Order: sequence, then structure tokens, then C-alpha cells
Amino acid sequence: MLTGHAPEVVAVRGGAVALGGRPVLRGINLAVHEGEFVALMGANGSGKSTLVRAMTGLRPLAAGSVELFGTDLASYRDWQRIGFVPQRSSAASGVPASVWEVVASGRLTRRRLLRPLGRADRVAIKAALDVVGLGDRLRDGVTALSGGQQQRVLIARALAGEPDLLFLDEPTAGVDLPNQEALAGALRILNEGGATVVLVAHELGPLARLVDRAVVMRDGRIAYNGAPLGDDTVHHPLFLESHSHHHAEPVRRDHAPHVAAPLDGSR
Amino acid sequence: MSILTYDFMIRALVAAVFTGLAAPAVGTYLVQRRLALMGDGIGHVAVTGVALGLLTGASPTWTAVGVAIVGAILIEVIREQGRANGDVALALLFYGGIAGGVLITGLAGQSAARLQEFLFGSITTTSVSDVWVTIVLALVVVTLCVGLLPQLFAVAQDEEFAQVAGLRVRFYNVLVAVLAAVTVTVAMRTVGLLLVSALMVVPVATAQQVTRSFRTTLGLAMLLGTGASLGGLVLSALASSRYSVAPGPSIVLLALLGFALTWPIGAALRRRQRLAEPFVPEPPLGHEITDEHPHAHGPDCGHVAVTHGDHVDYVHGGHRHAIHGEHYDEH
Repeated sequence: MLTGHAPEVVAVRGGAVALGGRPVLRGINLAVHEGEFVALMGANGSGKSTLVRAMTGLRPLAAGSVELFGTDLASYRDWQRIGFVPQRSSAASGVPASVWEVVASGRLTRRRLLRPLGRADRVAIKAALDVVGLGDRLRDGVTALSGGQQQRVLIARALAGEPDLLFLDEPTAGVDLPNQEALAGALRILNEGGATVVLVAHELGPLARLVDRAVVMRDGRIAYNGAPLGDDTVHHPLFLESHSHHHAEPVRRDHAPHVAAPLDGSR
Repeated sequence: MSILTYDFMIRALVAAVFTGLAAPAVGTYLVQRRLALMGDGIGHVAVTGVALGLLTGASPTWTAVGVAIVGAILIEVIREQGRANGDVALALLFYGGIAGGVLITGLAGQSAARLQEFLFGSITTTSVSDVWVTIVLALVVVTLCVGLLPQLFAVAQDEEFAQVAGLRVRFYNVLVAVLAAVTVTVAMRTVGLLLVSALMVVPVATAQQVTRSFRTTLGLAMLLGTGASLGGLVLSALASSRYSVAPGPSIVLLALLGFALTWPIGAALRRRQRLAEPFVPEPPLGHEITDEHPHAHGPDCGHVAVTHGDHVDYVHGGHRHAIHGEHYDEH
């Protein structure tokens, strides 16, 4: 759904991000309009993930500004409108968690402290699970699922909050084709419902059909911002990339005790 | 059995129940964050707190709570910074805590035996006021751990997601650290500072052998913790007529026994789950019929049935047999 004059949902103006004092993103100007499906592409290390993290407030800006729904990020509080699927290959943690529990945590944006789940919450959780095609697995532990299915759980978690704006960081990395198709189907339903999608991807695969606009990053700056590009064009030398693939290896952990230092894991 | 009706024993039983409930409740969140050893670290730091109490004449419980909270927040800050040498910083904190404790105890003119009460527990010497402090602190810990389960679960499960969901991640992280510190000091009189981490972690490790969801793990761990705590205390009391058995170690060893008995069940469940994992739903390369096959596959034939796309493959001697009309295909 491409709407030329729809209001700006995300606006980055003169954005810059520094990691440990080194400038990473510079001079980023980018607006995403309501209902758009934008793909952020680029080589490894081009800064596409960093840009999404800056837009969600996970990375502070060194300069410039980010606005979400017309409000500056620093004073933005309306988090139930935002959905976020972080970049990771597994939904597992140190203790078993069921598919339903992980997806239910997506409702937290809309729940008050110490209140039990309401009917609307349960309906939204079930609907999100059905959209990603895991409605029959809700009692299973997330570790029992394949890497691609775990990625779909994380997407369902974001969908459960019924967001108007969804950020996805590499949702297809290391995910097999049937799971990518399921994911594309879920995102189409969401986008057709009027939600805005900002997707970080190295390769679009089955998601290519959905993309309204491609933004290609190159060494921390926006190198291209316009009509969708085929995968072959994105890998053009202009974008500093010879052909390469992600081969994210899904880390599978069971819940047998592991020996770990107190600081292991987390980041 | 009459030993169980003495006043000091009843106080000890009450303290054991509440400690057994609270320790695994916090422990579940620590294990979820893969910070299973954090309780141990806080325990070491709290030794200095106890010693400060002995030196100043203040209640060792409260000085231990204070120092443990400071230590826990320090550990949390180091963890958040995520420095590569963070484990070394933690080690410095741990050993500083225990060395400081022993040194200050000496300065206070107290014997090592006095400190040992706190290191390995002395549940049978708890006073009425000690028991009340244990009950109140344990109830606070359990209430927060259960009441804030959705928030604490989300933060520990995926910090970045929780932050974008608008949760105050740092607040919840510090809360877990403080709850862990309070629990350590609550459990100090029961199992002792050096064994407290066991009561926080072992019931969780046992519970997760058989559970699939977070909430059942938390509930079962609290149940197991209470059971181990009560059982260990009663066993040591019953044995006390013949042998000198300290309650702390018997509680921990009972919890470990529970784990040892549950682990094979967990291993079997995990193996069964792995075997039943669906095959990639790709069609076979061609139509290949198995050799003469005298065996009829079915739901009860003893061969593992694995979902493969829209049908089931039976795993048979390294092959995958799919029913096709009158014969079996190799898939």
C-alpha cells in the first residue's frame, strides 16, 4: 500500500550515531509515511541495523532528531503503537517458556501493572499466533520449534501489541523458505490492515513483493532511496558488496544446566 | 519425632518454608538471565555486611541486607556495561567481600565460629524476631516476583524488545538484583551465605527438566524449594540424636538429590522431542520403493513417526518409510 501524501510516521533529520566515539551513521534523512512498506538494505556493517535501533530509541543519536508519529523520540511515550522484532536467531532463554508466554509479553505495551490479562488481550494473542501460522503450537516450549518458527514467534509477539508501526531487524536471516513465505504472509496481512512496516533485510526473498520502497545503506550513509530494487541490483558494487550471504546458525539450547560465568549471555 | 514440637524447631520450620518459597522465585529470573551464579556472588559480598554488623553491634541481618543490595546493584551495573572483562570485575567483588568479612570479624573480636553461623546457616538458633523478619521479607520477594511476572519475564527474555515496548528496563533489572540481595540475606540463617545460591538455582534446574512454560517452572521451583527446605531441616533434626547434621547442607543435598532423580526424565523427554521434530517439508527426490517390507507401520508399531509435510514418515533402521498405497516409499 503506497500512499504518497500520507502523514510521516517516522522522520529522521540529520541523524548521526556514534558507537564508542566513532561515527557510524552520518547525515541520515529519512521519512517513512503511514502505510508504507520500506526495506532497509545494504551490506553487512553498512549501518542498517544501527539505523533501526536509532529509530526505536535503542541507540542514542549523536546529532539530529528522530520523530515517531510527529513526536520527538525523547518525549515519545505511546509505545503501544510500535512493534519491534529484534535481530536474533532464537527466542530461547535460560528457563523454558511456552510459545503463548513469549507472544503474551507483546501485550505488555497495553497492560497496566498488576492487572491480569483481559479478554481483548487473549483475543489479540491468539490472533497474532494464527497470523504467523502457529496457532496450534501455543503450549509448546519455544525451544521445541525450529529457528524459523522461533522467528515467527517473535513476530507474533510484536503483532500481539497491535502496532501501527512495525520495525523488523533481519527477520529472514537463517530462516528456510517455507518459513519466509509464512512470514511474508503475516506481514502482508498487517500491511494491508494499514500498518507501516520498516524492515531490515540483507536479502528480501519472498518479501520482495511487499516492498514499496527500498533504502540502501552504504558505509553509514543512505546510498539509495527509491523504488524497490531486485536482489541483484542491491548487490551492485556501488553498495560496496560482492555477493555474500548470511548464514546465521540457529543456536539451540535445551534446559540442561550449562556452566556459565555470571556475565555470560545477555549481549 | 518430639523434637519437631520444640519452640526453636517450629521457628526453624516456619523460616524454612518462607525461605524455600522465596529463593527459587528470584532464582528463576536469575537462571532465565543466565546469571545463576549471581546469588553466590551476592552471598560472598554479604559476608562483609554480616561482619560490619558484628563490628558495630547492629543487627547482622540488616547490615547484610544493606551491603548485599549495594553489591547486587554493583554487579548489575557491571553486567549492563557488558565489558569483556566483567567476570574479572565480579571475581574481585566476590573475593573482596569474603576477605573483608573475615578481616572485619577478626577486628570485631568475634570468633570464626560466630561468622560460620552465617556462612553455613544456623536455622535452629533463630529468634522470634528473626523469624518475623524472614516472613516479611520473603513475602515481599514472592509478591513482587509473582505479581510482576509479565514485566520481569519480558525484560529477562528480551531486553531490547522490552525497552521498545516502553518498559523501564533498568528499573526492573535493578529490582531483580535487589530482590536477589534480599533473598540472600533471608536465606542466610537457613542455608548460609555460601550455600544460598543452591536454594535459588537447584530447584529451578530441577523444575525445568519437566516443564515447558515459564510459569509452571516458577511454580514448580517454589514447590520444590519449599519441599527441599522443609525436608532437609526435618531430616537433620531427626538425625541429630545420633549425628551432628547441619540443616544447611542437608537442605542443599536434598535439593540436589531431587535434581539427580529428575535429570534422566528430562534427558529422556528432550530426546523424544528431538526425535519427533518434523522433517523439512520438501518432497522426496523421486519415487523410490522400499525393498520387500514385512513390517506394517502404524501408530503402535514402535517406530518413531515424524511429520513430513502432509504425511508421516516412520524412522526404521536409518531409513524414512512413508506409506504409499500398498507399499512404502523411501523419503
